[in-house]
Amino acid sequence: MAMDTDKNSYTILFAIGMVVVVGALLAFTASSLKPTITENERIEKQQNILYAMGINENDESSANFVATTQAPELFTEKVSEQLVLESKDGEIISQMTRKEFMDANNGKEPYLINIKKQKSNAKSGGVRKLPLFIGNNKEGKKVYVAPIYGKGLWDAIWGYVAVDENMVVQGAYFDHKGETPGLGANIKQRYFMDDFIGEHLLGESGAFKGITVAKGNADPKNEDKTDNEVDAIAGATITGDGVTAMIKSDLKLYKPYFDSLKSQKN
Amino acid sequence: MGLLSKKDTKLITDPLADNNPITIQVLGICSALAITAELKASIVMSISVLFVLGVGNVVISLMRNIIPSKIRIIVQLVVVAALVIIVDQVLKAFAYELSKTLSVFVGLIITNCIIMGRFEAFALGNGPWRSFLDGIGNAAGYGAILIIVGFFRELLGSGTLLGFKVLGDPIEKTGLYAIGYENNGFMLLSPMALIVVGIIIWVQRTKNKALIED
Repeated sequence: MAMDTDKNSYTILFAIGMVVVVGALLAFTASSLKPTITENERIEKQQNILYAMGINENDESSANFVATTQAPELFTEKVSEQLVLESKDGEIISQMTRKEFMDANNGKEPYLINIKKQKSNAKSGGVRKLPLFIGNNKEGKKVYVAPIYGKGLWDAIWGYVAVDENMVVQGAYFDHKGETPGLGANIKQRYFMDDFIGEHLLGESGAFKGITVAKGNADPKNEDKTDNEVDAIAGATITGDGVTAMIKSDLKLYKPYFDSLKSQKN
Repeated sequence: MGLLSKKDTKLITDPLADNNPITIQVLGICSALAITAELKASIVMSISVLFVLGVGNVVISLMRNIIPSKIRIIVQLVVVAALVIIVDQVLKAFAYELSKTLSVFVGLIITNCIIMGRFEAFALGNGPWRSFLDGIGNAAGYGAILIIVGFFRELLGSGTLLGFKVLGDPIEKTGLYAIGYENNGFMLLSPMALIVVGIIIWVQRTKNKALIED
């Protein structure tokens, strides 16, 4: 080869050229695929919410969503009401219907509210928007689905929990960004998520207690539904603690809403 | 034999046994520890590395005469990183489910020393076709060990294979569990991956004494 690749000028030129080419290539890929990716994420959120409501295609042991092609249609059919509650210092200060929220936010759907952003809003003393999805589950029972968000061992974890008006869990879906496969990543396995079904979020006195992912609990078959505990996954202590924490911190904020439901009834 | 010459065949078969990247060269141990608690994850990782190493080797090999030697490591890094990001984005757009399974691995692929090792040791000095074969061979050798380790860790640690309860149900006490068998939770922790790899190395060197170094 005639070219002298050891010269400084060549090295610098090569580096610049490479950065420009690779940068352009990546920017092009990212921006041309972005609409498809956003759409995928949107449908996934609908599938998650439907899953928590018990509308899924689970077989004996694996967790399966409804088909992506059916999700939007089922979502509009099954989720009869979407609310956005505004919470500050543990109190709910206002309540918006889906239409009111969309009018105020350029037509943005309530289920696309970024929980992470809302959480950091609340941390800096601001108002936190709490989306709540109301619909009928598989058995025709009225359920309230709330999104939750927290951190696991390596990265973010999040989920959707469906409860009835007494805050008894009817269904739960958890997901994670980067937990260890075989350990923390198992929070999205059926055997873990299904344990939550029937668990009470409130204690005997009616105060909010949450559900603890507990090690060494004496109830591995999860028969006691009022102990506010589910069995932890071996080797996934920190991820499990993350699940406990996000259930406690995020679902607690919805408690005033359910209190008001009760007082309306009485 | 028409397609591959003897020398080319050796490029693929060598890393599978006598020059295995994990058991002989002891490369790529970090990812072997991290993801082999489950068989499925091991398989997915093997396929991802197969793709990245095959394509990456060809790209580096095509560029080998114009890469300035002073910055060759950075150039290699950029090639792997760019490849991995492109694959990740394409998967997210067209195979969203799969991309979620892969999420953890994408980052781990870049840190896999086998990839940089093959770029440096082979692709920089050989033509694209031979580099491609070398990449495939090494990735397959890596994948084979990963799958063996994943198989034993999932079977003995969780009593399942690919998520199926092959040994019965540990809570309902059916199958093997009915006669008092217990899962070994220690198998799920990373140290056991090293021990399983150690056992494979031991078996391999007992079979082929030529591999033993003094």
